Amino acid sequence: MIGQSGIRDWKIQRFTAIFLGLYILFLGAFFIQHPTVPYDHWRYLFSQLWMQVASLFAILSVALHAWIGLWTILTDYIKPVTVRYILQSLILFALFGYSVWGIFILWGN
Amino acid sequence: MNKTRPININPLSIRLPLPAWVSIAHRLSGILVFLLIPCLLWALQLSLVSPEGMAQLKDHLLHPAYKVLLWLLIAGLLFHLFAGIRHLLMDINVGDSKQGGRLGSLIVIAVTLITFVIAFVKWGL
Repeated sequence: MIGQSGIRDWKIQRFTAIFLGLYILFLGAFFIQHPTVPYDHWRYLFSQLWMQVASLFAILSVALHAWIGLWTILTDYIKPVTVRYILQSLILFALFGYSVWGIFILWGN
Repeated sequence: MNKTRPININPLSIRLPLPAWVSIAHRLSGILVFLLIPCLLWALQLSLVSPEGMAQLKDHLLHPAYKVLLWLLIAGLLFHLFAGIRHLLMDINVGDSKQGGRLGSLIVIAVTLITFVIAFVKWGL
């Protein structure tokens, strides 16, 4: 679990960072090619299975990447354990909710 | 304990080197993007649900308040991305000297500003 192994968190953070960087780069290239983002093109892109899979991976990468980053910040600045645990729980629920929402957006029709 | 130790120092009175500010900004920009995730998801959802949804989203983005939020998000994301790349490079020992750290920080700020201005000129006006 996050926060248990520094090396593991370090690797996950770097790995998700690289994937997200590439994903953002790809989206940037798309916006450059289609500056007005017509609905048909946008919809077509997200109807492709490879894009859906990559986007789900991106959402989950954000969840892991953000969780590790925020865990780092919380442990650095919030020393009282009860407060920190409450905040961590809220963040956990938020990230989980975002992941489910993302799945729904991609495949919920 | 040292009775003359300083307590409650005004953080704004402390001078920090540039890489320190970049590091702080890296954390802040990360928090900013995290807080704006629901906005991104909402926008994505609206953009995909129907052509009317997409049109509605583009309409929203004409309003100054939404525009400010959007460009704040883009700025934060760009900075976080480039500062993150600097982190990755330092992981493989590129730019991890004292001078390298300072140069890297300057490059991150410069690249962020340049890409932001280009993006803003292309899409923001």
